[in-house]
Amino acid sequence: MAGFWERLKNGMTRTRSGFGDRIRGLVMGREWSEDLWDELEAILYEADLGPEVVEILLGRLRSRLRHERARTAEEVLTVLRTVMAEMLAVGDTERRDPYQLTSDGPEVWMLVGVNGTGKTTTAGKLARQMSQRGHRVVLGAGDTFRAAAIEQLQEWGIRAGVEVVHQSPGADPAAVAFDTVRAAGARHLDLALIDTAGRLHNKAHLMEELKKVVRVIRRENPGAPHEVLLVIDATTGQNGLTQAAVFTEAVQVTGIVLTKLDGTAKGGVALAIAHHLQLPIRFVGVGESADDLLVFDPDSYLQAILGELHG
Amino acid sequence: MFDALTEKLQQTFKRLRNKGRLTEADVQEALREVRMALLAADVNFKVVKQFLAQVEAKAIGQDVLTSLTPAQAVIRIVRDELTALMGTSLERVRMASNPPTVIYLVGLQGSGKTTTAAKLARMLVHQGRQPLLVAADVYRPAAVEQLTALGAQIKVPVAYETGRDPVALAELGIARSRQLARDVVIIDTAGRLHVDDTLMEELTRMQARVPGHETLLVVDAMTGQDAVRVAGTFNHKLPLTGVILTKLDGDSRGGAALSIRSVTGLPVKLIGSGEKVDALEPFNPDRMASRILGMGDVLSLIEKAESTMDREGTAELAKKIGHAEFTLEDFKNMLAQVKKMGPLSKLVDMMPAMPGMTKPKGAIDDRSVVRTEAILSSMTRQELRRPDVLDGSRRRRIARGSGTTVQEVNRLLRQYEEMRKVMRQMKGTKGKRGMPKMPFPPLG
Repeated sequence: MAGFWERLKNGMTRTRSGFGDRIRGLVMGREWSEDLWDELEAILYEADLGPEVVEILLGRLRSRLRHERARTAEEVLTVLRTVMAEMLAVGDTERRDPYQLTSDGPEVWMLVGVNGTGKTTTAGKLARQMSQRGHRVVLGAGDTFRAAAIEQLQEWGIRAGVEVVHQSPGADPAAVAFDTVRAAGARHLDLALIDTAGRLHNKAHLMEELKKVVRVIRRENPGAPHEVLLVIDATTGQNGLTQAAVFTEAVQVTGIVLTKLDGTAKGGVALAIAHHLQLPIRFVGVGESADDLLVFDPDSYLQAILGELHG
Repeated sequence: MFDALTEKLQQTFKRLRNKGRLTEADVQEALREVRMALLAADVNFKVVKQFLAQVEAKAIGQDVLTSLTPAQAVIRIVRDELTALMGTSLERVRMASNPPTVIYLVGLQGSGKTTTAAKLARMLVHQGRQPLLVAADVYRPAAVEQLTALGAQIKVPVAYETGRDPVALAELGIARSRQLARDVVIIDTAGRLHVDDTLMEELTRMQARVPGHETLLVVDAMTGQDAVRVAGTFNHKLPLTGVILTKLDGDSRGGAALSIRSVTGLPVKLIGSGEKVDALEPFNPDRMASRILGMGDVLSLIEKAESTMDREGTAELAKKIGHAEFTLEDFKNMLAQVKKMGPLSKLVDMMPAMPGMTKPKGAIDDRSVVRTEAILSSMTRQELRRPDVLDGSRRRRIARGSGTTVQEVNRLLRQYEEMRKVMRQMKGTKGKRGMPKMPFPPLG
């Protein structure tokens, strides 16, 4: 996981005042005192953790501190990190390698999310990484709405050396998904990666369209989609929670991809999502190239957020 | 998850009602609710702090404590302050006295620059301008194709040449605008992180060669606490002149708007409110204030109703209602009137959440209105006037004719019956001017 931690840290140092730096600047070398609570609260809020999670975190931290009699600021931070880690530990109890495919036939993964979070880019990156790992992949250009989304995915297909199943713009996305799943089955491929159009979760008809895509996939390949990844922009605020809730209700999201984490020292909404919806974060995007999609590792993530702790 | 602030405040004051007199501590408690609402709306933490200090000073200075309706008094102060902070005047995109006017669109990846560029071009065409689009996003795969496709859709030329860098493309835009006699040049730049020095410097170089009259920062309304830092950094490195807030048709409260405004002082000039190329609107500070507080937008709703419903039609309708002879035909007319105001889903967004009533999130599907209309249109005039003739056979015919089911026809008729009952009851409360409260049935 050194790669993750290094990249994330590098990404973070580009921002002037990282979350972890601020906490450390605030508490390191000092005796913990009551007036540090306000500062800590501010820092947590500014990391997009949101009112509910901040209150829960601070509440837990307080009660722990009473039990464990933490004195120095370092000790308090260690406790905070434990509390945050507990909050992140959701989904699969033993973390499997997300690159590993578990079912016999072709697996179907879908990428869903609101507009502009990076679904197509993530689909492209995943296609490349999966095929580099020896999986035989096909991409499905299910975003038939946005102008040139198909061309964008095709460009990624060339980079990844992966075929892209597509129809003309404006086509029924369910039909594209069907073709993709069928192609994966007919050619005995390992993975069908289906991109979808960005949709705001409060548009009922668009969510219905997404449900239809899932129904069609399921009809062709029972057990599919094996993974429904909700792609969320790391700079998203509390609306990320609503997004995750609504998408989960519509299409049973199985995991989160947190993109553009290099632009922020935070992405704290991930913690809120993990806490409220018990959805694991599978991947994080930290840059533009295909290698900049990394497996999410909670320890490294917290380490990157809170900084390296001693003792 | 996010209860309306109004409701929370009312609860707070309800608890306090029996106390006889409100203390400063009670106001503090109310302000705590305001604080939570603002933070849940993604307003920057520091901005919230500063803002609440201002409100508190005002609230304690005024007669909130002795007011009969302290909840309303507090809400009014919060709302007024918020609106004031958001800017009081309508900000426009300014045109250069010496054309072409150059407009840069800048922002993070995925904020909606390319789509906004096309929307802006279309808006300018409607204002009688001759815009030209410049595809200067050479990094994202197919970004150029996206703008080209959008340009073709709205019939606005797009300047691009393979192999040119963004600086050269900006210059190409100016050259083309002269050739094609275009008076506005809209430059769509690549999405970039505010911390990416190389790309930020590229923007500076573009503007050194082709200075912009407007440099507009395109921001996703769903952005969280980072909005402040992003806008601050962009503003520090470029001469920003304003902000375009996108994806406001989502259900985010858009607290980012307030944060950006209060930290940078930049006016929000336009808002993106849908996926179609015509979904770009002027920014209304008052409306935004209400949205952030979760209070709905009754004012805009009323304005919209007044500007789109024709007076004669509504007067006729009101008269009918007064006589309690509300027929399906009237229902059909009413539907047509309401439809003039725009998609129902948008109207619902403007309505405040009522205490004890959850807003149907996305439940209002505009297509259900279309279906209702189809059903009504499949009825004969006689059926519309005397719905009691509708027997099973007629209902089956209507369902077939409208492409719906008998169940749907039945549901519509039940809704109509209920409305008629309400109308009868309202007969007693005549004398109020204008349209009575719209008892719109839950469609679909």
